Amino acid sequence: MTYLAKPKLHHPNLPRNKLGYTRRDYEGAISTLCAGCGHDSISAAIIQACFALDLPPHRIAKLSGIGCSSKTPTYFLGNSHGFNTVHGRMPSVLTGANLANRDLIYLGVSGDGDSASIGLGQFAHVMRRGVNMTYIVENNGVYGLTKGQFSATSDKGSKSKRGAVNADEAIDMVGLAMQLGATYIARSFSGDKEQLVPLIEGAILHQGAAFIDVISPCVAFNNHDGSTKSYDYVREHNEAVNFLDVIKFRDEITTQYAPGTLQEVVQHDGSILRLRKLHENYDPTDHIAAMNHLAESRARHEIATGLLFVNGEPADLHAAANTVSIPLNMLDDKALNPGSAALAKLNAALR
Amino acid sequence: MKKLAIKAVNDFVIKFANVNGSGSASANTLFAKSILRMGVPVSPRNIFPSNIQGLPTWYEVRVTESGYLARRGGCDFMVAMNPQTWDKDVAEIEPGGYLFYDSTRQMPQSKFRADINVIGIPLTEIVNSAYNDPRQRQLFKNIIYVGALSALLDVEVAVIEQLIAEQYKGKEKLLPPNIAALHMGRDYALTHLDCNIGLKVKRADKVGDQIFVEGNSAAALGAVYGGATVAAWYPITPSSSLAEAFAKHCKKFRTAEDGKARYAIVQAEDELASIGMVIGAAWNGARAFTATSGPGISLMQEFLGLAYFAEIPSVIFDVQRAGPSTGMPTRTQQSDVLSCAYASHGDTKHVLLFPEDPYECFTFGAEAFDLADRLQTPIFVMLDLDIGMNERLCKPFEWDDKRQMDRGKVMTAEDLDAGKDFGRYLDVDGDGIPFRTYPGTHPTKGSYFTRGTSRDRYARYTEEGDAYVDNMQRLLHKFETAKEKVPQPIIHAAAHTTRFGAIYYGSTSPAMHEALDILRETGLHLDAMRIRAFPFSDDVLEFIAAHDDVFVVEQNRDAQLRTLLMTEGAISPAVLTPVLHYDGTPITARFIADEISQKLKLLHVAPLHSVSAKRVGGENK
Ligand SMILES: Cc1ncc(C[n+]2csc(CCOP(=O)(O)OP(=O)(O)O)c2C)c(N)n1
Ligand code: SF4
Ligand SMILES: [Mg+2]
Repeated sequence: MTYLAKPKLHHPNLPRNKLGYTRRDYEGAISTLCAGCGHDSISAAIIQACFALDLPPHRIAKLSGIGCSSKTPTYFLGNSHGFNTVHGRMPSVLTGANLANRDLIYLGVSGDGDSASIGLGQFAHVMRRGVNMTYIVENNGVYGLTKGQFSATSDKGSKSKRGAVNADEAIDMVGLAMQLGATYIARSFSGDKEQLVPLIEGAILHQGAAFIDVISPCVAFNNHDGSTKSYDYVREHNEAVNFLDVIKFRDEITTQYAPGTLQEVVQHDGSILRLRKLHENYDPTDHIAAMNHLAESRARHEIATGLLFVNGEPADLHAAANTVSIPLNMLDDKALNPGSAALAKLNAALR
Repeated sequence: MKKLAIKAVNDFVIKFANVNGSGSASANTLFAKSILRMGVPVSPRNIFPSNIQGLPTWYEVRVTESGYLARRGGCDFMVAMNPQTWDKDVAEIEPGGYLFYDSTRQMPQSKFRADINVIGIPLTEIVNSAYNDPRQRQLFKNIIYVGALSALLDVEVAVIEQLIAEQYKGKEKLLPPNIAALHMGRDYALTHLDCNIGLKVKRADKVGDQIFVEGNSAAALGAVYGGATVAAWYPITPSSSLAEAFAKHCKKFRTAEDGKARYAIVQAEDELASIGMVIGAAWNGARAFTATSGPGISLMQEFLGLAYFAEIPSVIFDVQRAGPSTGMPTRTQQSDVLSCAYASHGDTKHVLLFPEDPYECFTFGAEAFDLADRLQTPIFVMLDLDIGMNERLCKPFEWDDKRQMDRGKVMTAEDLDAGKDFGRYLDVDGDGIPFRTYPGTHPTKGSYFTRGTSRDRYARYTEEGDAYVDNMQRLLHKFETAKEKVPQPIIHAAAHTTRFGAIYYGSTSPAMHEALDILRETGLHLDAMRIRAFPFSDDVLEFIAAHDDVFVVEQNRDAQLRTLLMTEGAISPAVLTPVLHYDGTPITARFIADEISQKLKLLHVAPLHSVSAKRVGGENK
């Protein structure tokens, strides 16, 4: 029995958000992942981001593939519908769900095996279609659930726990998302909650395809010396390009910064992405420059993190399909059925 | 010596051999439709090999006053417009048949046959002297031969003119040149040819209010009337035109006043993604479908198991073709019966519907969405190339405006607030079907986690064996419920009591009906049952039990429906005699009648009463 319900006892003094929910209202069942697994930190960051954004939990749909990472939606947002689909195919299910109801918030959770190996095709196509979603890859460089085989994001030359050396080139999910037209692209580290939470918030507010590659060490199979996805290695090689503050539409702007160190991107919904520059020349709205920077930092074996690219005015799949504003799953017979008179006319034209 | 010449009125097969892309398709349809408008049923078929040089296509029209819409086989009149397939085309003509060809270029005598009647008309010469533009020469050549055929076969020219006028409604500028071309061909034939040939069309009143439409288009229209809003597909012959027709119908019927679409269609990256999108949309409360063919079904296997187990309503139109893999991609078969019935790994069974013609493609197409929602499971609508991609005469479509979508068991926010017990996999009323909620229904109640992994009645993850068995048993029970909800079989009882029965389904219908007539005329009587869905209702088992021998007529090699009957109905193989046609061409009445009468002979069955071998549909010699 692996289902553990959390007792729903609310401390009367727990802070509440604008909807009156406490952080507990965004939690799920107790995690059954290994203690110290990076994925649990990402779940916590998702909970924090949804709480901070005052999202009604039931208006979020969480979808995942198969893997330890894909199991995590059970451990957050217990009041949201969730769908644990098949291995590597969450993107298509999410796309269909999004088409059915454009009003919900879609959260796709996946692993590096799920998205970079078996699901690379669907990953590519969901990005190029600009599905309005937040897509998080919990990237540990291994197949955790099947016990430690190399995944397609394992760096060339990195060592498995048993000492095998990976001979294949790694797939860089961020680089792929860049090429494929995702309109909000970030990378972070499960161990850096301060950086990760606002990146998730910004992604959720983004009205297009938002992708976050979160390096998330697997303590059971990929946290040893020689791994490039271990806590130590990532801490040493992490190069944040900026720090994000998300200012929701309606929120007042209070803090002041020295000119030149700050860049603001206004998103379609009115939210403002305020970036404190940590790398002086990095401009995440400049697609080509961002791609160049990423290639350079990769060559230097640095892991560039932060908000790497954003287009404040993205177009999404519904814009391309020109669908009505009312969700398709709410259209009734009257809106959908042409009726018998139209059929009689059609019959007449077929004689 | 007087040459043999086939003589027949309103009962012959004419075949057009063309080069793909020469604009012949619309001229050929015009020809077929003009006969229909004269009240004489026709049954045309497109034959288009997928990869032969020169891109030949054939259009075969059976003119049949008796209304036998199956393929007859053989050819009485060949319109040979493709030099590359000349030899094959000439060889195919029945002795005493007719060869109509472009006589501009001299053909050596060896290229003809002594036992056929040759009608040459210098088509190229006529168009070259009438038109300068090569495109016009190409297009009008087709209309010119239609004109010549009208003279030879007595097709009323006013009817053709009327059809052309309808075709160019709104583009009236194009009307006069087409009419002129029509008469150019007709006049040439009347003045230069002996139009007194043996094949004639004569006005009748056998068409009535029937419509003439492709099954794929009808099924797509069914999806519109069935309330489908999301379609995801990956191109594959012979199913692509279904998705394309859905787009066309939606544009017409589902565009809001402000130009926005009340539907979404995605051309996915493959069939895995197509079915994934359908599942996602249906999970989220939209009616969704995909259209595919056998290879696509193979790719969808894992997802179909998930949809079965997670109980996601979804509709799959499978327009079957000859397999395996690319097998004969442009040829028809009924060979996906088993791969659909048991699609996926683990224990799975799926609901299949077998439409016989475009009318049922429409009704089943719409019905499939109610069934999917009601049963919360994938529903397969099993078309095939023969009904999908050919225009077929059928009953006009009907719709009852009082009818509403049956969205099945869906718990609303009000239900949840009223304190109704929600268990996603809980059978509350004994039909095996649980309630579901759409995502986003209620802030604190009714959410659940959908997974392929096993879970208890309240959707909580568990690997307990008892909970697994409990759920699998409920799914079986749900499948029992499906038996009464799906379209029921139809029996055609023989005029005389008989020990013999025949079971058939889908596009085999017209050939079977004609075969039953042929057999009856030779004194062989069979009760026939048309199966319209799987799971089989009890009537099917009773029908088999009521006969000593039942022929199961199918268009595949392995007797797939027979296997399904044996497995699901625990029926002895000895009672079910397969009649199998699987060369990729549509099954014919001649084939069925021959097979059954031979098999009956082996069983020493004497005809009940001998009827002098009367001429039956299609025997023209
Ligand atoms: C079709 C299919 N093939 C293989 C598997 C077995 N499998 C389950 S999870 C997994 C790898 C998961 O790796 P990843 O996405 O990186 O998740 P992690 O466990 O590392 O978080 C595999 C191969 C499966 N479930 N389905
Ligand atoms: S095996 Fe690795 S990825 Fe899976 S739960 Fe344990 S630490 Fe996390
Ligand atoms: Mg992994």
